[in-house]
Amino acid sequence: MTSTVNIHIDGQALAVPTGSSVAAALARAAGGCSRLSVSGEPRAPFCGMGICHECRVTIDGRRQLACQTVCREGMRIDTGLPAQHP
Amino acid sequence: MTSAPHSPAAPSRRCDILIIGAGPAGMAAALAAAPSGAAIVLVDDNPAPGGQIWREGPGAHLPPLARTHRERLAGLPNVRVLTGTRVVGLGDTPATDTAPALLLEDGQQGWTQRCGRLILCTGARELLLPFPGWTLPGVTGAGGLQALIKAGLPVRGQRIVIAGTGPLLLAAAHTAAEAGAQVLRIAEQTSWSQLAGFGLQLARWPAKAVQALPLLNPALRAASHVLEATGTGQVQSVRLRRGAGEEVLDCDRLACGFGLVPNTHLGQMLGCTLNDRQGLAVDAVQATAVPGVFAAGECTGFGGSDKALVEGTMAGHAAAGDTTAALALAPQRARWQGFADALHRQFALSPALRDLPRPDTLVCRCEDVRHADLAPRAGWIDAKLHTRCGMGPCQGRVCGAAAQFLYGWTPAPARHLLAPARIATLAGCDTPTHESTP
Repeated sequence: MTSTVNIHIDGQALAVPTGSSVAAALARAAGGCSRLSVSGEPRAPFCGMGICHECRVTIDGRRQLACQTVCREGMRIDTGLPAQHP
Repeated sequence: MTSAPHSPAAPSRRCDILIIGAGPAGMAAALAAAPSGAAIVLVDDNPAPGGQIWREGPGAHLPPLARTHRERLAGLPNVRVLTGTRVVGLGDTPATDTAPALLLEDGQQGWTQRCGRLILCTGARELLLPFPGWTLPGVTGAGGLQALIKAGLPVRGQRIVIAGTGPLLLAAAHTAAEAGAQVLRIAEQTSWSQLAGFGLQLARWPAKAVQALPLLNPALRAASHVLEATGTGQVQSVRLRRGAGEEVLDCDRLACGFGLVPNTHLGQMLGCTLNDRQGLAVDAVQATAVPGVFAAGECTGFGGSDKALVEGTMAGHAAAGDTTAALALAPQRARWQGFADALHRQFALSPALRDLPRPDTLVCRCEDVRHADLAPRAGWIDAKLHTRCGMGPCQGRVCGAAAQFLYGWTPAPARHLLAPARIATLAGCDTPTHESTP
């Protein structure tokens, strides 16, 4: 369980523990959020079990639920959130 | 770990027994039905079988029972486990089948899955109630936090407040503490006397008492509930009711769960009726009102994994045609339903929780609909038509249950589609024959 996989979140390279969900990985990236709500609020994974859809992100070009997707080597995840301030 | 690869795009596939949900109930159903030789397909939308309680991941510690169930399933040639696969709607059922066909979708493709018997083991979800600040990043469900930690969410050194009701709060606190978090408070809305009553009743189920003891936590307070979460871009502080007073705690995360709601959307869409626990109604062998359709576990009313295992086993036997074997488990089922009764009695929700949302508090998180816009509506359909409440991607899974508690509405079940689906999935299937509308 000490091995890691390399992923990209909004272009930022990250190494996360093997077996991590994308939702868990988002918390390791800058900001930790998954989407902007229809009125512009930042949102982050909420129910953790595929019900609320708050964690939907674009994974390798497909819109998927981050909490139900396991990180794989080379995965590219895009939140659609504005770039984080340094 | 992962599902076996299956054949490329096929318009429809058929199996003898289709099981939806690979938690304890679904796994038990497959194991009970497998010796009959039936071709069984076990479907789950998560990346691995186990459901919520036996969720796998870098932060999970699976109990031995979970491992043996998984190993036994993997050794059965007539059981195919399809993970990462969700039910998106109804399929076209041929006249030769009793049980309804379902439209399934995985990461690559969609198809119609036909079956001789269907077993619904769709589990339960958390009741997530709105309060000011509940949409802030860092606020999650209580079981939600537990699931995220099991899936690798780093919480080491974080200050966490857990609030809501039920034994899940203690389990979530245990998981968080094991992962290195500092659990500042567990706010349980029920009273000390109700909690003590539940503790005393646990003597009737010694195995449950043994599970509960290590979970007891000095941070637990009864008669306490969340009032508000505050922070800029992230939760930073939480205000709690404590008896007649209040307390404010600075924290990095707030996890709130107000009990469990059976997942009945699929069952209701198929025509199954509900029982007085808001679960799918079943008979003595777990059969629902719909021919060929059985239900087991939390979706028949929440009551924990022991009840789910017994019900799943009964449904598996019954679906495979062995009614005698199913009925032989009736005493065990009654025993765990007694435990479920105790849970429902001792953790009933305080009406004070209805007063948590302020006028500008969002109730529907998908469409950002405020409490002030919903409170005057006449009911669920009226609210949907005028505010788009419940019409976003979660299809009312979160706000529907909240609206039922807050406003007394009864959310109407979906008629054809259960979840967002890809156009290719919908285009690849025939129009269901039982739908008369264009």
